[in-house]
This record gives sequence, C-alpha cells and structure tokens, in this order.
Amino acid sequence: MEITLRALITLIHGMLFGAFFLMAVYGLVVELRHSAFVEQPAKLTPQGYARERLYLIGVAAMGWAAVLTGAYLIYPWYRAVPPAGVTDLALYPRFLLKSSATTAGWHDLGMEWKEHIAWIAPIAMTMVAYVITKYRQSMREHPQIRTAVLAFALVALGAAGVAGFFGAMLNKYAPINGGSTIHLKGKSQ
Amino acid sequence: MNHSQPQSEDSTPRQGGEHLPNGPAGAAILSAGAGCAVLGILAVAGDASKAVAKLLTFYLPTGPLSGVSSLAILVWLVTWFILAKRWRAKTVALAKINATAFLLLALGILLTFPPFADFLQGK
Repeated sequence: MEITLRALITLIHGMLFGAFFLMAVYGLVVELRHSAFVEQPAKLTPQGYARERLYLIGVAAMGWAAVLTGAYLIYPWYRAVPPAGVTDLALYPRFLLKSSATTAGWHDLGMEWKEHIAWIAPIAMTMVAYVITKYRQSMREHPQIRTAVLAFALVALGAAGVAGFFGAMLNKYAPINGGSTIHLKGKSQ
Repeated sequence: MNHSQPQSEDSTPRQGGEHLPNGPAGAAILSAGAGCAVLGILAVAGDASKAVAKLLTFYLPTGPLSGVSSLAILVWLVTWFILAKRWRAKTVALAKINATAFLLLALGILLTFPPFADFLQGK
C-alpha cells in the first residue's frame, strides 16, 4: 500500500483541513441558530469560554490551512504546464481535464469557481470567530450582530461546500499525483 | 453613507456595568464584506485582462490567484484595522452596516461564479 507525496498532501488539504472546517462550521451554524430560541442562555465557566474560544480559533485556522495548502502547494501541481511532446497528461491535471470536452467543465466551472470562492470561507469565519468571542455574553442583546454572524457563517459553510465538492470531483477525474512514493503497508514494488 | 451615527439601541451592559459598543462588530462585519467583494472584483479583472493577470502574479507557480487572494486579504485587514480604530468606542448603525456588508458579500460570491464573470466579459 503506497501513496505519493502529492496525493498525501492533497488528502491532508481536503480530508483534514477542509472536512474538519466544513463539519465545524456546520456545528457552529446549528449552535447559532439554536441559541436564538433559548430562553436562558448557558453561562459558561471561564474554562468553558476559553475552550469555546479555542474551538473558534481552531475552525478559522483550519479554514486558512485549507486555502493556503490548496493555493500554494496543490494548485501549482494542478496547473503545471507539460513540456513539449508530452502525451501522458497524468501529472498535469488541468491539461488532462481540458483535453476532453467531457471533462473540461470540471476545470472551467469547478476549479475556476473553487479557487476563488474558497477564500471567502476563512475570511468570513475569522470575522465570525472574532465577533462571537467578543460579544459572546451580550449576543442576545445584539440581534443584528447575531444575524450578520449567522449569515457569514452560512456563507462560509456554502463556500467551503462548493470548494469541497469540486475538489473531490476534480481529484476523481484528474487526481493530483507525483512526487516521492510513501510506502504504508505490505511489499513495496 | 454615515455608518457611525450615534444610536442608543445597541449600548448593552457588559459584566461589571460597562457598556459594550457595537462598533468593533460593525468594523469586523463590514471589512469582511469588503474583502470578499475585492476578491471577486480582482478575480474578474485578472480573468479579463492578461496585463492585470500578470500584475496579480505575485508567486509564479500559483499564478494570478496569488495576487487576487493576497490583495483581498490585505484590503480586508487594513479596512478592519482602520474601522476598528475609528469605531472602537462607538455605537454604529448596524442595520446599514449589515446591509452594506451583505451586498458586498453577495457581489464577491457572484463575481467568483465563472458563468457570471464570463457573462460580464461578453464571453
């Protein structure tokens, strides 16, 4: 059982940073919506507030880790230009997708949208984390702040969802491969 | 649009009797919207013009995306810093700020959507 370095980094980008971000933002949206209907909001201990703050910082950090690894590690591999005469495009995913009319859309719509909209997620989530941390104890008294925070959290969820969906589909039709091979289990060839 | 009109509706008592103005939240919300709008505008500009795309290529392997994202983050953080400083102790018109931020956010999302960006460029 082996995996290439590029495939492993792509896995970390999508399945660790991206998936964690999606799940955590979803949980946050549910909690924010739920808190609007609570008569007596829960009062946390100082340790509880500290853990909540840590969670929010962690969510935002995962969002940033996802976009930064995506843009500066994986995207250069994706958009690499094949040298003249190369016919096997397996190491050049963008060109592989664009070489066929049946897969070109995954680049033209999928990657073109994903590469930009993904950045909205950590920007929105950083704002959400900051505002919740600062106004945690008085959020009920600021309904407009709650509305904005919920809207931006939903947008972060949607943006990450779009990026995650297209990331998975792109990796299905033109997987990121190459680099050194990491042997995980069994006999290496 | 003056977003920092004095209002009393949002002056909420904090623990210990202090008042927590909504200015810092308004600064964070509006600047996030502005950052997203800049992201969309630069994405379209980079797609529409090869000269702009070249200018936005801060890191060659990543291409114009490096400049688009870096400048959007820069605008977002600088706007946040300036507004947070100005609105630190103020109660601001949050309804107007939210509306503006949502519009900017919607613009940013729309401009990142390739069919809409292509439509704007007449492709």
